[in-house]
Amino acid sequence: MTDTATGTAPSRTAATRAMPSALKLGLSRGAVETKMFFREKDAVVFTFSFPIILLMLFGSIFAGPLEGSGVTVSQLYTAGLIGAGVMGAGFQSLGIGIAGDRDDGTLKRLAGTPMPRSAYFIGKIINVLVIAFLEVVILLAIGVLMYDLDLPSQVSSWVTFAWVFLLGVTGAALLGTAVSSLPRSAKSAAAVISMPFVVLQFISGVFIPFTQMPEWLINIASVFPLKWMCQGFRAVFLGADGASLELTKSYELDRVALILAAWVIGGLVLCLTTFRWKGRRDG
Amino acid sequence: MKNAIEVRGLTKRYGDVQAVKGIDLDIRRGEVFAFLGPNGAGKSTTVEILEGYRKRDAGEISVLGVDPGRPTREWRSRIGIVLQTANDAAELSVLETVRHFAGYYPNPRDPDEVIAAVGLSDKANKRVRQLSGGQRRRVDVALGILGNPELIFLDEPTTGFDPEARRQFWELIEGLAQTGSTIVLTTHYLDEAEALADRVAVIAGGRIVAEGEPATLGGRDTAKAVVTWEEGSVETSTPTKTIVELSRRYDGEVPGLAVHRPTLEDIYLKLIEAPRD
Repeated sequence: MTDTATGTAPSRTAATRAMPSALKLGLSRGAVETKMFFREKDAVVFTFSFPIILLMLFGSIFAGPLEGSGVTVSQLYTAGLIGAGVMGAGFQSLGIGIAGDRDDGTLKRLAGTPMPRSAYFIGKIINVLVIAFLEVVILLAIGVLMYDLDLPSQVSSWVTFAWVFLLGVTGAALLGTAVSSLPRSAKSAAAVISMPFVVLQFISGVFIPFTQMPEWLINIASVFPLKWMCQGFRAVFLGADGASLELTKSYELDRVALILAAWVIGGLVLCLTTFRWKGRRDG
Repeated sequence: MKNAIEVRGLTKRYGDVQAVKGIDLDIRRGEVFAFLGPNGAGKSTTVEILEGYRKRDAGEISVLGVDPGRPTREWRSRIGIVLQTANDAAELSVLETVRHFAGYYPNPRDPDEVIAAVGLSDKANKRVRQLSGGQRRRVDVALGILGNPELIFLDEPTTGFDPEARRQFWELIEGLAQTGSTIVLTTHYLDEAEALADRVAVIAGGRIVAEGEPATLGGRDTAKAVVTWEEGSVETSTPTKTIVELSRRYDGEVPGLAVHRPTLEDIYLKLIEAPRD
């Protein structure tokens, strides 16, 4: 989006200096968004504690190794909850956050300034990346310290981690941005956006292994990105030992990449066609 | 360019409702112009079209020489908008908010100076969330004037203020007007329009039903005065003559003497009653 100055009428002062660049303002918005996020203590606690509490809960209940593999249940949950945590930061927090921005006048105010609209989205992406990264670090620390999770030593595993993380965060963030237009107000946003996310977690193999799920549910889950993100993270953190636990006895990394990339493109199209800068009450 | 805003034949419809039914308007550079009108009269729609927030159905509009239906960043940097309801960025301090928004403009005013101008210097490090309603509106104004705008829109700036806060706010607006900026405000308060505006337009039923200086709006200056005293009252265009006669009759002081000219409110209420359709 390079909607730079094209007006013809000279102003008394503004014409002498160039407009600040979208990237610079995007970084500036990222800093401000992150600062505001960490000052809102309730949201910080809500965002970070959910996957952590679940990991500790499941890790305590289902201790011990899984039959026929060298993988423990808690390692499985660590990988799954990293996927859920990334999705939570991108889809849930961002979706609710943008719905709030639309409701409280943030979007309207920004639309009335010379800020390029792309700067708002750059800021949100930076904010989501920071949150998701911290979430992953915390979950990995718990996994390593409490549940004997081994961090992979090969570079190739971390390369896999990097692309699964980036594609996953981006896709989730774009979906979160698109879904933010659904709730009628900020008050209903938490319910409207959290509900599908919780359902998705249950059918995407975060909590319940696919081997215990009916085929039609697996088929539904396979449409959405969370299943593939978790599968990618399992490939990184469970390694070759865990592959036998997968439905197809393989992590199918090529399909993970394909479907996550498809969601990035689809999410982008959805955002560009449905994003509203105005609240419903603004008409 | 003599006029900051020129509007010809503006219309806007929402579904079955024709909100704006053909408005023509010129707002001169450097003047303070007020829109008056009841809720739902088309006032906010008109102003939001001028601000570049809404698309129009028909009509020719020029705001600072640019069509607001196709807003550019350069154009946006030349206007300042003070919104009606905004509760955003509550977790930032006043100074952080103003500094951040200053980055959007090619040639912003100094943030500290702007905070001082709106009278918030001693609250600069407070979070916006901790401010009172009146102080929050001052932050809104600070953000509106930050870019050194040639034209400032104020949407019902003092709604919900106590009388003292309103007086202080008026002084702030008068100060802005003296810097040469064109100011367009909407308001429900007739005393506000009278105190601040060089010219007012009354919008009712999607049309401008009267336009002019507050003192002469709707024939206010030529309307008959009402002289009342203890034993009677008379409507007259020559109240001084009436008082002289009364004074003679009472041989000096007239008991309970008062002269009433129609207030802006009287004129306004008459104007908005007429076009209800």
